[in-house]
Amino acid sequence: MADQALFAEQAMEFMGPLYTAALRMTRNAADAEDLVQETYLKAYRGFGGFQEGTNLKAWLYRILTNTFINSYRSKKRRPEESELDEVEDLYLYRRLGGLEAVAVGRSAEDELMDMITDQEVKDAIESLPDQFRMAVLLADVEGFSYKEIAEILDIPIGTVMSRLHRGRKALQKRLFEFASQRGVTTGAPDAADPTTPATQPALAE
Amino acid sequence: MAESDHHEHDETPCEAALQELYLYLDGELTPEKRTTIKSHLDDCSPCFEAFDFEAELRIVISKHCREEVPDSLRERVARQLEALEDRSAEA
Repeated sequence: MADQALFAEQAMEFMGPLYTAALRMTRNAADAEDLVQETYLKAYRGFGGFQEGTNLKAWLYRILTNTFINSYRSKKRRPEESELDEVEDLYLYRRLGGLEAVAVGRSAEDELMDMITDQEVKDAIESLPDQFRMAVLLADVEGFSYKEIAEILDIPIGTVMSRLHRGRKALQKRLFEFASQRGVTTGAPDAADPTTPATQPALAE
Repeated sequence: MAESDHHEHDETPCEAALQELYLYLDGELTPEKRTTIKSHLDDCSPCFEAFDFEAELRIVISKHCREEVPDSLRERVARQLEALEDRSAEA
């Protein structure tokens, strides 16, 4: 049983990540601020039921995502799961991986940082259908484990894995589309392909 | 993953490693499987490069999407919590 008087002290430090997630989920600043405020209000009221020593950050995210699903999600309908294209593995690597070789001595991270803009990453994440977007945000931006994501979203671990798998690949495809539109990808040499050695035919489609 | 009905003999070590890409990067493999993949990556530079690209991409995505909390929101929430706290102290 947690003491409400300690709530602010313990919970305020998570506002940055909660606001980042809220903004990507609602796709606009006014709704994101309201969502965060509502999350803190609900969390304060329910703090008596929070067990000390358990994961406060995950608990706050659970309240945030539930509030989003119940109050904000229906405002704008987005494509659902069935409309998410199947995307091949290593989609972006197969197209951009070779660019790293261009600038010797720079890491893939440096190259990618330059190649992809803030706005493109945000737009690409926001273009994903809700359930994929939430899973990708929780795993790749916040670093939650599959088990934590399963608890936050109240879905089985297998579902977490499949949403991550499809969501991440769809995200790569969007990022590539943005990079292509800016002409960043022209002239990229082919990346070495681990699954298609020269002596063997390409993987089955 | 349904390993039991998986036809592992059909797979090259590279395909097998690729299948576990996300589980590996997410730190969700058993220690044994993790060691198997790691030793494959040590021996196979194309796979290592692909895994490294995916790992770096994730860092880049996360760095590109951080947001600063507006001061107004921070203040709004702090004020609201204080008010609730005062009310419960009075009760």
